Amino acid sequence: MRGARSATWVAGAIAIALGATACGGSSDSAGSEAGVVRAAWGDPQNPLEPANTTEVQGGKVLDMIFSNLKSYDPKTGEAKNDAAESIDTKDQQTFTVKVKKGLKFSNGEAVTAKSFVDAWNYGALATNQQKNSYFFSDIEGYDKVAPAKGEPTAKTLSGLKVVDDHTFTVKLTQKMSTWPTRLGYKAFAPLPKKFFSDHKGYLDKPVGNGPYKVDSYAKGSQMKLVPNPEYKGDDKPKNKGVLLKVYTDSNTAYSDLQAGNLDVLDSLPAEQIKNAETDLQGNYVSQPAGIVQTVSFPLDKGAWSKKGMEKVRKGISMAIDRKTITEKIYHGTRTPATDLTSPVLGDANGYSKDICGDACEYNPTEAKKLIKEGGGLPGGKMTISYNADKDSHKEWVDAVCNSVNKVLGDDKACVGNPVGTFADFRTQITKGEMTSGFRAGWQMDYPQIENFLTPLYGTGASSNDSHWSNKEFDGLLKKAAAEPDTKKATKTYQDAEKLVLDDMVAIPLWYQNGVAGWSQNVSGVTLDPFSVPVFSDIKVKA
Amino acid sequence: MGRYVVRRLLQMVPVFIGTTFLIFVMVYALGDPVAAMFGDRTPDPATAAQIRESLHLNDPLWSQYLQYMAGIFQGDFGTAFNGRPVIELMGDAFPNTVQLTLVAFVIELVVGVTLGVVAGMRRGRLIDTGVLVLTLIVISIPTFVTGYLLQYFVGVKWGALPPSVSSEVRFEELILPGIVLAGVSLAYVARLTRTSIAENIRSDYIRTATAKGLPRRRVISVHLLRNSLIPVVTFLGTDIGGLMAGAIVTERIFNLQGVGFQLYQGILRQNAPTVVGFVTVLVVVFLAANLLVDLLYAVLDPRIRYA
Repeated sequence: MRGARSATWVAGAIAIALGATACGGSSDSAGSEAGVVRAAWGDPQNPLEPANTTEVQGGKVLDMIFSNLKSYDPKTGEAKNDAAESIDTKDQQTFTVKVKKGLKFSNGEAVTAKSFVDAWNYGALATNQQKNSYFFSDIEGYDKVAPAKGEPTAKTLSGLKVVDDHTFTVKLTQKMSTWPTRLGYKAFAPLPKKFFSDHKGYLDKPVGNGPYKVDSYAKGSQMKLVPNPEYKGDDKPKNKGVLLKVYTDSNTAYSDLQAGNLDVLDSLPAEQIKNAETDLQGNYVSQPAGIVQTVSFPLDKGAWSKKGMEKVRKGISMAIDRKTITEKIYHGTRTPATDLTSPVLGDANGYSKDICGDACEYNPTEAKKLIKEGGGLPGGKMTISYNADKDSHKEWVDAVCNSVNKVLGDDKACVGNPVGTFADFRTQITKGEMTSGFRAGWQMDYPQIENFLTPLYGTGASSNDSHWSNKEFDGLLKKAAAEPDTKKATKTYQDAEKLVLDDMVAIPLWYQNGVAGWSQNVSGVTLDPFSVPVFSDIKVKA
Repeated sequence: MGRYVVRRLLQMVPVFIGTTFLIFVMVYALGDPVAAMFGDRTPDPATAAQIRESLHLNDPLWSQYLQYMAGIFQGDFGTAFNGRPVIELMGDAFPNTVQLTLVAFVIELVVGVTLGVVAGMRRGRLIDTGVLVLTLIVISIPTFVTGYLLQYFVGVKWGALPPSVSSEVRFEELILPGIVLAGVSLAYVARLTRTSIAENIRSDYIRTATAKGLPRRRVISVHLLRNSLIPVVTFLGTDIGGLMAGAIVTERIFNLQGVGFQLYQGILRQNAPTVVGFVTVLVVVFLAANLLVDLLYAVLDPRIRYA
């Protein structure tokens, strides 16, 4: 029987396939090792190279395995020396960096001045395609290693010079007193020789000089970190390691947290936030992060750049009921904004509670008056563009528009304009195709007011999405950068910020909070200014 | 039969080229992939130019497609956003998804066909109505609802089964997602089987078989079931592809890093090589499953012959 024999084959194939499935697993449960913190993680967007990591998930690992020249205090956000012995300057332009002696990478190699200089040169060189390369653009010679057009004409930055094993100098293109503050940013991490000699091997198991070292890395699923025996700094881990488990959905991670399969979750699903405090029996924290959300406008051409429109933009700002929106939509995980920076900076680094003043307060009557005085919305309407593919921006955009419409008494004055993908949204912005309002946001690289102003509002700056240009503002940035006294510099930066707010280039909406929940199994969970858990401080209960 | 198989294989070529090209064009139309790589930040012009160059983004679309296809035939599916070769991602993702698909498929086959046979044999009785109502409920509830509910109750509340799949992908972790993934198709399989059985049970050859005095089990399993399974096999065959591609929701809920997850990431991050690569393999799976179904007809019904 032809048919029957074929049927046997089919049945056999199914049986084999099933057998293969059944023995696919082992009985050993991952990460239930004593003393190890199990934390939720997301698959990093880029290879784990310091100058190529632009998002939080990859940054989380780099923060753990690298100790930079500076580090930021988890509580105050203050930048203090870490791997650096000292960073000195006489003219705010040439800096002498002394690296602490006796520091080692986790593979035993010594951390020297060359480890930093080589790493920075690698990060800056355009052919290496590092996405953080612009961080080195203030160093002399950047225009040679990464020219806007054509191939690089130099391989190294002329502004970097190794003096001796533990000293190097950095020459910037212009004065910048706050420059050392940014050296805690991951792009400035030192790299061991292995990075250059065995690049693929390095990416499979990155080597750093931080409190932790990578024990094993299964790409796409999990990474195990253990304390680095070579580490001599102040952040020695209080646990026996961290197991980062990749979750594709924060709801699943939340289920695992409740089921006791996970210890730390720093991306609680929005719909669970209102239950989190009771669900987790108080093991929950929500605090402002270094992220500010705004609505921006195209200001280089078109209707929104005309004179008088700054009044309209101010009016729109006053028409937004920030308090209600943050409470209703975000259950208090956003804090209404009062400036263009973030509360994590603290007063010392430039945060201000009242710099925006009345313009950021909900005031329907004044709002209507201002919009009318400025000539009304161009053509009687406005849109707020947002990318519809992630982060659920639709809810708040609709709420903001609703708030504006209510004030104007016109249901169609403001409508949301979804753009299909994030890539398309960014393409429209960079090509200057936006014609009305659009969502904007900034996640700080380092806790300093300068980082919230220069890249966003300086003429021709890398993230100046509204293409705004103001000579007085540029002048103040320059003046602040040359000011040796950081207090005075911060004050000057605030004067510059005032100009942005007077023109209402971007309407400040709210600061995003970092939220985290943890299991009964661990204690001592806190968030740093970047809203990343301070892993080295987490203790595991026996 | 050999000639038939060759003809079918040749037919696959234009289908394969057509689908991959369509996907390629669609992904390309989603916006500039380089713009998305840098987050809310305008790319540094020098770096962006280098990336554009290395991804051949400056070439015309047809040339990019040709280069891509040339790569595929040399086993090079390109590189994903995170610098990993797509072929490596596939090596991670497909085994996971195949395991989940198999678990779901077996649940679907065993439970679905059993329910269908039981209902079909007792048409109009209480048990038949029960199966019909039950399958209707399963069909009308979206996967993510059953997924989250099962995960919460079975996984978190009762702790009977693990609520998510760990990196080792153990068998017991796949049971819950398997049930969820199988759910809807299982209902269809049950209904198809039921109708088919109910139809054939009154046919002459069954009466003959019974009259010959064959045992009831043999009549049902060999005579009745074999003839009634043709529509079910058609459905199951196409469903294999459907299960693999359609597991996005289930894989997300149960944290399985499979095909659905990689596709989702690829689309979200504008990574043409990931999306096109995975879809290409899925297209091949679909085509192969269809061919297998057509060949299985001959096994089930000897009257069907291929020349």
